[in-house]
Amino acid sequence: MIEADNAKPDGSLDVSVALTTPIALDVALRVAPGQLLALVGPSGSGKTTVLRSVAGLIKPAAGHIACAGQTWFDAAAGHWTPPHQRAVGLVFQDYALFPHLSARDNIAIACRNPVAARIQADALLERVNLSGLGDRHPDQLSGGQQQRVALARALARDPAVLLLDEPFAAVDQMTRLRLKRELVTLRRSLGCPIVMVTHDLDEALALADTLAVLHRGRILQTGLPDDVRLRPVDQTVARLMGQTNIFQGTIERAATANTPGLIRWRDYRFEIKTTGRALSGTAIAWLVPSEHIVLHRRDRPSHGERENPVPAVIADVMRLGEMTEITAHLDADADAVLNFSMPSHTARRNELQPGAAIVVSLLAEGLHVLAHEA
Amino acid sequence: MDWLAVSVSLRLALWTAALLLPLALLLARWLAWSQIRWKPAIEALVLLPLVLPPTVLGYYLLVGLAPASWLGRLLGTFADGQFLFSFPAILLASLVVNVPFAVQPMQRAFEGISRNVRDAAAVSGLTPWQAFRAIELPLVWPGVVSALALVTAHTLGEFGVILLVGGSIPGETQTLSIAIYDRLQAFRNAEAGMMAAALLLFSFVTLGVVHLTARRRKSGRAHD
Repeated sequence: MIEADNAKPDGSLDVSVALTTPIALDVALRVAPGQLLALVGPSGSGKTTVLRSVAGLIKPAAGHIACAGQTWFDAAAGHWTPPHQRAVGLVFQDYALFPHLSARDNIAIACRNPVAARIQADALLERVNLSGLGDRHPDQLSGGQQQRVALARALARDPAVLLLDEPFAAVDQMTRLRLKRELVTLRRSLGCPIVMVTHDLDEALALADTLAVLHRGRILQTGLPDDVRLRPVDQTVARLMGQTNIFQGTIERAATANTPGLIRWRDYRFEIKTTGRALSGTAIAWLVPSEHIVLHRRDRPSHGERENPVPAVIADVMRLGEMTEITAHLDADADAVLNFSMPSHTARRNELQPGAAIVVSLLAEGLHVLAHEA
Repeated sequence: MDWLAVSVSLRLALWTAALLLPLALLLARWLAWSQIRWKPAIEALVLLPLVLPPTVLGYYLLVGLAPASWLGRLLGTFADGQFLFSFPAILLASLVVNVPFAVQPMQRAFEGISRNVRDAAAVSGLTPWQAFRAIELPLVWPGVVSALALVTAHTLGEFGVILLVGGSIPGETQTLSIAIYDRLQAFRNAEAGMMAAALLLFSFVTLGVVHLTARRRKSGRAHD
């Protein structure tokens, strides 16, 4: 291994790789120590391939990978460190435990110091709340317990980077919640960068410091989870982040530091806080996230009622336990579908039924201009 | 009981297993995980001795190893000029006919190790050799034991090819199965019968012991 020549080693992970097989991929990312980057995207977008490249299980065609001051891959210099020499902890989606070894031995085999391996393995078992189960084999452990063994094994090498491939995909809902909480606790004691691959948005939003949206082998946007979710750069990212309330329109007046902008949609004008780089008069797509939609109450005025009011007709009401999903047609037009959710008791009190006429406000601070896509 | 024939048979089984299993292990591992285009052709070649009549295999070995052929001449220099009708000749024949019995069970076993488990070994810091020793070999061990049982039993029972390339020289190429044939030809049915019974018993015990050990390993693991 050779020292990275750029700057001082600060423990961060630096990846910039391009490859064409098994899938086309061209990504660059950087994760600071202690930070968790969630790589989200649909299946086949290349998420797992990124992880495998970092671990050294795939050799990219071009680029470089460095972690904590060590260069693991540098295509230009012809340098490549094989996986067993990289300080990487990888939790596989199916855990990939060694079936013939006990939980303790699964962990001990990955410890750097073979003399103290048993003691270290027991300490790690305790750390992932599995004390006393060290003698069990993988087929005698539940899915959640197997995941913890896999995590402990990944930590046994004292990794410079921790990679998690869909870590909660193979366990039931109850276990998932508990494992997530444990990961949050564990994270605080880990000083290394963490990269988590997931297709589960809630998981990414709950755990990530930074979110990177991967689509067809490219990172479309990287940022704070809420930034990416509420202010996606384009319609593709918006849809991948689960945003459905996307409409076409024109910028009537670009926003300045002091005055809000105006966007025109059909016969309506909506105030908007920021319009980004879009110029007045240009055609754009705009987004209103569900949480920035306010339903006007029948009995008394609601907060924010004067902001961008639009009439709509309810098309569908779906109760999902505590929350109710409303589908409405803006301007009574079936082509202008607006989805939003509200507490079920509010929906009941307002007697929301399919066919009912309502008025909603699209809050100015939530409206977001998307790059117009041809 | 023809103890000379028994010793030839045992020696043949031992040498066949000792030489074939390590090579077959590597071939099986490669066949299980390689993705090259020629794989089906190589797999067919490996299986060929299983379906060919012993006479066909024996014919090619005879022609290929005859003193007139280049291979026969080359091998003859190691065996006093005459390679055919010697113990090394029946050993070579035995190696060839046993390839599918050695490779198949081990290939299936290697195929049972998932890509992720192999990758997990590398990511856990094991060198390729350590991964082979600590992960792959224990996991394919039942396949190795099966291969050993099949090769041993099959070697003890092989008749046609051995007779063609080895003849029936007592102490050199006359195995137990050929000795039985020899006695039957000479109407010494009682001797043939005793040897047949011995072979039957030996094969049965071999296979039985192998299966018992395989099961012990499995259930032993579940309770420890």
